[in-house]
Amino acid sequence: MFTAKHYLLAESIQQAYELNQSKRNAILGGLFWLRMGNKKIHTLIDLSNLGFNQIEETQQEFIIGSMCTLRDFELHEGLNTFFQQAPFKSVEHIVGTQFRNTATMGGSVYSRFGFSDILTLLLCLNASVQLYQKGMLSLEEYIQQPYDRDILMKIQIPKQTCQVRYLTQRLSATDFPVLTCTVARFETGWRIVLGARPQKATLVRYDLPQFPTQQDINGLLEFVQKQVVFGDNMRGSAAYRTHLAIVLIERAIGSILEDSHAD
Amino acid sequence: MKAVNKPIRKKDAMALVTGKPVYTDDIAPKDCLIVKVLRSPYANAMIEEINTTIAQKVPGIECILTWQDTPNTRFTMAGQSYPEPSPYDHKILDKHLRCVGDPVAIVAGVDEKSVDRALSIIKVNYQVLEPLLDFTKAKDHAILVHPESDWKALCPVGADNQRNLCASGEFVSGDVEAQLKMCAHVIEQTYHTKQNSQAMMESFCTYTHLDVYGRLNIVSSTQVPFHVRRILANALDIPKAQIRVIKPRIGGGFGAKQSVVSEVFPALVTMKTKKPAKMIFTRTESFTNGSPRHEMQIKVRIGADKNGIIKAIHMYTLSNAGAYGEHGPTTVGLTGHKAMSLYAGAEAYRFEYDVVYTNTMGGGAYRGYGATQGIFALESAVNELAAKLKMDPVKLRELNMTAQGQIMKTYYGEVSNSNALDRCLKKAKQMIDWDNKYPCKELENGKIRAVGMALAMQGSGISNVDVGSVEIKLNDDGFYTLMIGASDMGTGCDTILAQMAAECLDCDVDNIVVHGVDTDQSPYDTGSYASSTTYITGMAVVKTCEKIREQIVRQGADMLNCAEDQVEFDGKQVICLQTQQTISLQQIGYQSVMGGGRCITASESHFSPVSPPPFMVGMVEIELDKQTGQVDVIDYVAVVDCGTVVNPNLARIQTEGGILQGIGMALMEDVQYDKKGRLLNRSFMQYKIPTRLDVGNIRVDFESSYEPTGPFGAKSIGEIVINTPAPAIANAIYHASGLYLRTLPMTAEKIAMGMLKHED
Amino acid sequence: MQIKLKLNGKLVQDEVAPDKILLDYLREKGCYSVKRGCDTANCGLCTVYLNQKPVLSCSVLAVQADGKEVTTLEGIQQEAEEFGAFLADQGAEQCGYCSPGLIMNVLAMKRELMNPTEQQIKAYLAGNLCRCTGYMGQMRAIQNYLRKEQTDESSQ
Repeated sequence: MFTAKHYLLAESIQQAYELNQSKRNAILGGLFWLRMGNKKIHTLIDLSNLGFNQIEETQQEFIIGSMCTLRDFELHEGLNTFFQQAPFKSVEHIVGTQFRNTATMGGSVYSRFGFSDILTLLLCLNASVQLYQKGMLSLEEYIQQPYDRDILMKIQIPKQTCQVRYLTQRLSATDFPVLTCTVARFETGWRIVLGARPQKATLVRYDLPQFPTQQDINGLLEFVQKQVVFGDNMRGSAAYRTHLAIVLIERAIGSILEDSHAD
Repeated sequence: MKAVNKPIRKKDAMALVTGKPVYTDDIAPKDCLIVKVLRSPYANAMIEEINTTIAQKVPGIECILTWQDTPNTRFTMAGQSYPEPSPYDHKILDKHLRCVGDPVAIVAGVDEKSVDRALSIIKVNYQVLEPLLDFTKAKDHAILVHPESDWKALCPVGADNQRNLCASGEFVSGDVEAQLKMCAHVIEQTYHTKQNSQAMMESFCTYTHLDVYGRLNIVSSTQVPFHVRRILANALDIPKAQIRVIKPRIGGGFGAKQSVVSEVFPALVTMKTKKPAKMIFTRTESFTNGSPRHEMQIKVRIGADKNGIIKAIHMYTLSNAGAYGEHGPTTVGLTGHKAMSLYAGAEAYRFEYDVVYTNTMGGGAYRGYGATQGIFALESAVNELAAKLKMDPVKLRELNMTAQGQIMKTYYGEVSNSNALDRCLKKAKQMIDWDNKYPCKELENGKIRAVGMALAMQGSGISNVDVGSVEIKLNDDGFYTLMIGASDMGTGCDTILAQMAAECLDCDVDNIVVHGVDTDQSPYDTGSYASSTTYITGMAVVKTCEKIREQIVRQGADMLNCAEDQVEFDGKQVICLQTQQTISLQQIGYQSVMGGGRCITASESHFSPVSPPPFMVGMVEIELDKQTGQVDVIDYVAVVDCGTVVNPNLARIQTEGGILQGIGMALMEDVQYDKKGRLLNRSFMQYKIPTRLDVGNIRVDFESSYEPTGPFGAKSIGEIVINTPAPAIANAIYHASGLYLRTLPMTAEKIAMGMLKHED
Repeated sequence: MQIKLKLNGKLVQDEVAPDKILLDYLREKGCYSVKRGCDTANCGLCTVYLNQKPVLSCSVLAVQADGKEVTTLEGIQQEAEEFGAFLADQGAEQCGYCSPGLIMNVLAMKRELMNPTEQQIKAYLAGNLCRCTGYMGQMRAIQNYLRKEQTDESSQ
């Protein structure tokens, strides 16, 4: 169990940022991960009052405040309509409604955990993060960065038309995933992301034609098998994950193609 | 019947659903010292030195106890009748640490913060020893888990600490080898079950204090209050007369609380400090140092003639006791006796077993108590035999399963006097539509629907050992108090026993007041385990009611100036048959507390020379995703013969709950240790029990036989219900995939990767 | 730190440590219905409402409740009894340890979802673990309760 000497409901982002420069202090996300550690914290910084708890929809993008809960994301109509329920599907398996009522989007994205469902989806959807100091950064870049003392304010998802599918495999319904997979077809091409490998979500860098033949798809699957790195953990072996990746990608592509046939 | 066989609400139900403070931690005094334990980071180590000087100085710390401060007696934590079959291999604190998490020091302080602080600064020098972690290599291994000279076994269970043997033995009937030679079909396979955790929602917890008489009072979440009294007297080296144990409401047990787990720590603190103390296990501790199901490896050989008649069964069970032998010698017996007795017609049986010590967490009692492991192995083997015979597994059962009146050689020669297995099988078949669904069907989406099945049995109490006593008093308003020593742990035995009393006394269940257990006041009961309460204590209720009726009749006759054989008691009044004069129960009650009246109270105890098995059939329909290996349980059908059903609601919930626990064991509860012997599944985050999304439907029905030795014809139900899911699901997976999984849990990975291999 | 909140309808003011978990605070305030079942936010036993929303009180700080409304089962005894009776009629409370958390979440679900399907009920309550019942009896109780509430409403 962590300990904390002080708690501060930050009045401005600048104040929060300044306090957060000390390693003795910590930002309060959803408390879940902090609670499981033994960190000795001087001041807990709460960002609740800084207006980061809204999901905004503009012409070009969805802007998600870092203090929005997973439940806000799960139930947001605009997001779910635009991305065909994929936001809902990416979080519905996370523990339970009560958990998702306080777990924050910022906490999930900042932590950049290997098992993250959300990261798998957001990375596929070309999301970026808005940091207080560094400004806008693509999620692709952010994932690779070491943890620092900057503050994640917002997450932006561009409104790029796509067909998207979110698939996972789990030991039990609300467990961490054994593998996560998001596949989307944009007008500019396909984006395929694999997460819980068990390492962080990664983009499969392979050019798949807009209307692939089975041979094209086989090429992609072969590439995944050979080029994407999978590992072992308690939930599954690298071999099973490799196998699953192929199954889930093929299913997602199949489902997207079936949809376009139906159109 | 008016009260028995009725779906009556549990007497404590409304208090529970409105969240009343009725559990141990809710009622513990606020000034309790907080007790925590420093636990060993090593699986095998000797404590060379402990320095607690600085830790003692932390403000708020009341005491820190090490092995030097604890009594030197060795005892067992197993809640069993004396002399316990489990070896005396435990101390409260020992210099030799035998598994990760073994207690090193006990710390008590005024609040959690000071205790945590003190725990973090106790300095220990360990002599780290190589641990023995592989139970298949433990017998006669060079590393000894219990090398100590004061280790002892009270009962002849084949134990030998110099060979790492917690127990060993065999049972033979007929010539298995000769029979197998003659068999047209022989199956020989080895099955492996893991060390499952009961994962009851309330962790282990206890608080202790000294009462006004200076006696140690222990309020604990336990299934075995009277055993706790004896074990604590042993452990603390004080007379039993100095101990009182009280059982409040319990947040689930499933056998976990049939061992003494949390009690010793606060008890010792209270004895040393004279202050109230409490220990609430964290969920992590409940996982890492609880009392889980024994991991077992079971080899089965089964032979049948060309027509599918089973001729011989041979089982060898290797059970992992872990670091301590609690329930080790007894659970193993059930793997053979309560599996093989499902097929009473074979010519020959052989059952051998070894229970070995290793440096992993010690095992304990978990619902099913070895029968679960044995039935997974044997029922899987029988299903494999059916496949080999190209016979419907239902048909194979119809040819071989134990029937009414048959002698069960492997079950102490008992006769199956109440057996509706045939009706159970027939009904289950209809309910799941077996004939149309067996073995499988491919769906349009590429998934496969398949069915599988298994039989199960258990016992009803431990024959000649379990004792249940009951006391009933008539009070001044004509209501009864029913005093029992059986522990209601959510199962509803307070209500079930009251139903029986109400039935016998012709009154409303509300007219019976029931009390939780207090060893100072409740009559003796071995405790709520081994599926004994309904059958054993229930019979004591019946006997006690007969006695108290006699007294009521006598008192009523006196008051009516009528001969005893001339009156009748109808539950409300005593009637003189000649004069038709009546005297109400209320008046008799009043008279019993007035000068000149008799105290109307009766107490009887009961034990049974037999342990009649309940039977059941489990059938499952699964949907298998061949590519990912994902198994979804679509429908689970269970038909149970527990004799007369005393409370249909509670029996049904027991069954549904037991089946889901069994499904968890079958599909997801995957205990893993690292190379140093540390348990990895130490939270609900890593040890996955089924959520409500993990099961489709569970449908339960009853086919009752009538057990002549049970109360109102009842047998047990608590344990049997966990036994069918693992073998039935394994059977369904085979029908869907052609793959037989013999190691639990049967994860999607094992199925998918197994099928890939199969295709190669 | 000073906090001021509305606990079960009553204004309370307390001095709490900044790292005090809401669950512990509530039990200290006598709300014993709030149970601890795990250390990892997985079991749902400690479910309470924070401004009417069901949350895990093990994962909220007491200081975060400052200025907010907190409701435990002690604060909604009548509803607890109404729905609890349905659980009791199935025997589906069993050991009862998970009942308060479950009931809190069932009542929250009732406010949030109109005529939920069985699958929606399961999904909403997935974070409430129970080891006794196998969940079936709980589902029967929930469906009976929702049905009755609906009839009551339509007859009004």
